[in-house]
Amino acid sequence: MATVAYDRSTLPTDQPLKRRKLKISDVVLKLLFWLLVIFILIYTLFPFVWAVLAAVKPNEDISSTPTRYLPSKLYWGNLDYVFHERNFLYALRNSIIASVATVTIALIFGALAAYALGRIKFRGRNATLYVILAMTMFPAIAILGSLFQMMRQFELYNTIPGLVLTYMTFTLPFTVWVLANFFKAMPGELEEAALVDGSTPFQAFYKIMLPLAMPGLVTTGLLAFIAAWNEFLFSLTFTNTYAARTVQPAIASFRGNTQYDEPWGSIMAAAVVVTVPLVVLVLIFQRKILAGLTAGAIKG
Amino acid sequence: MSQNAPAGAVVPSAESKSIKVSDRPQTSWAKSRERLAWLMVLPSILIVAVVALYPLVQSFRLSFTNARLASNRAVENIGFNNYRYLWESDTFRIAFKNTLKFTVASVTLELLLGMIVALIIHSQFKARGLVRTAILIPWAIPTVVSSRLWAYMLNDNYGVINDVLVNQLPRAVSWIPFIGDDLAGIFPENKIAFLARPNLTLPSAIAVDVWKTTPFMALLLLAGLQIIPGDVYEAAVVDGAGKWKQFWQITLPLLRPAILVALIFRTLDAFRVFDVIYVMFGSSVSTLTLSIFTQNTLVDGDRLGRASAASVIIFLCIGVFVLIYTRLVKVEEV
Repeated sequence: MATVAYDRSTLPTDQPLKRRKLKISDVVLKLLFWLLVIFILIYTLFPFVWAVLAAVKPNEDISSTPTRYLPSKLYWGNLDYVFHERNFLYALRNSIIASVATVTIALIFGALAAYALGRIKFRGRNATLYVILAMTMFPAIAILGSLFQMMRQFELYNTIPGLVLTYMTFTLPFTVWVLANFFKAMPGELEEAALVDGSTPFQAFYKIMLPLAMPGLVTTGLLAFIAAWNEFLFSLTFTNTYAARTVQPAIASFRGNTQYDEPWGSIMAAAVVVTVPLVVLVLIFQRKILAGLTAGAIKG
Repeated sequence: MSQNAPAGAVVPSAESKSIKVSDRPQTSWAKSRERLAWLMVLPSILIVAVVALYPLVQSFRLSFTNARLASNRAVENIGFNNYRYLWESDTFRIAFKNTLKFTVASVTLELLLGMIVALIIHSQFKARGLVRTAILIPWAIPTVVSSRLWAYMLNDNYGVINDVLVNQLPRAVSWIPFIGDDLAGIFPENKIAFLARPNLTLPSAIAVDVWKTTPFMALLLLAGLQIIPGDVYEAAVVDGAGKWKQFWQITLPLLRPAILVALIFRTLDAFRVFDVIYVMFGSSVSTLTLSIFTQNTLVDGDRLGRASAASVIIFLCIGVFVLIYTRLVKVEEV
């Protein structure tokens, strides 16, 4: 496996395979390759495993020196504490409501706009696409102050609808952009047939194209959900109580119930609780995510 | 936008292909279709205008005033005073320098590591599917969570990183014959206060960002690798070019557009870094960045005008990045 620069499948297959003698350099390269693979696996997976372990370790294991790698016994106290900690539960509720609402709104309006941008020629189409594209790179910090002022003016400060509205700044342009590319890539025959059969253009969208776009909607919705669920800056800045504050700032400022300097057990328990759903989603939809993440990144 | 927002995995699209249906002559039917298009686009445009475009204009306007959030006194226009204040402020200068350091270091490391990972997950081997899935995990973990998790792992007392560096690794390498003891000697004797020593705080935050974001970089590069046609390598193999030569003379040049796109988005993201540093170090000066400076000025300092000026500076810097990079990408396409 010395070949790391390209797929072996791309090698010309019509050449006779020469049996080469096993050279030492090949063995060394192969060994290095597998060491690298193992290193990558440990590097990417160990921290999460460590968090899960900390969530089920007794508190004295967590702060013991030398470091205890495996729990001396399974301890559910920290997870139990997290699920009885009211503020954390409120934060979970707020996160779920805010993320689901964000995704729903972004998908509804995003799909409408994306269909028009992807499949209908109209004046102002390119200009709109460029604005949308520019918005996907937009730095949230650039509007933090003016959004804050707006939230105060319209009494949206510290409310979930207010948060959802600000989450539109990063989810809606992304949804429109990815879905527009998705609609554009879809074959047009079915749509044309529907139009010839006398469907109105909107029926062609609603009854034919939208169901066909389901895979794209699922991927985009999932990515938007992850973005909203993981959002920190807006939630930290535009909320001040657990009436609206989401889990990310809650975890950032989490104080547990132990006498230790930092309650790592409960922090890690809370962290695992908000992360496991994401990890499960990612594992289920990994192929779609791989495709969606890089959608449109490279033409071709 | 949050650090890990997948938004933006995009490149300025070329003129889209025309669609047969819409190429018909302008009939009343075609006009109604165009009207429908506008109706469908309108809600999104309105939302974007209200939550992003209008606030952006407002940021520029506020940056020339002494506006505050919690004050009823009349807002006055104070010209460039906010910008002058920032220009003369040592804190702002430190934040700017830290942001640059963070951006350059994290993007460079992510590109190098991401390239290695991309090449590995692009080659054929048994556990490839497993590795591709595994690298999605750091990406899926919320930045706040990974920051707290790494803060726990980097703890100077009972953190696992210190244990590995001070105890486990020296023990492991001392088994190697002849040079083992010398190798063990290069590891630190005492635990390192990663989160307390001022010269180690920023590197620690960079390490966390690199861990979290290298997967995204690797996936972007992988997508680029996958569209390199196989036959260009055939010719090289026939010419007797080795793997190393193939990488430098074929893979890298053909990968340039993908690298540029990946660099754009990572640079834009890194330059506005907030979450990872704020969660690990709050607003401590040794790691202060532009975004944290701005958020602090706004929320704790209640200086809406001054914070807006800092916002505008960040916005303009990012705008310059976008311009430079899009130029580069276009040059590539010609």
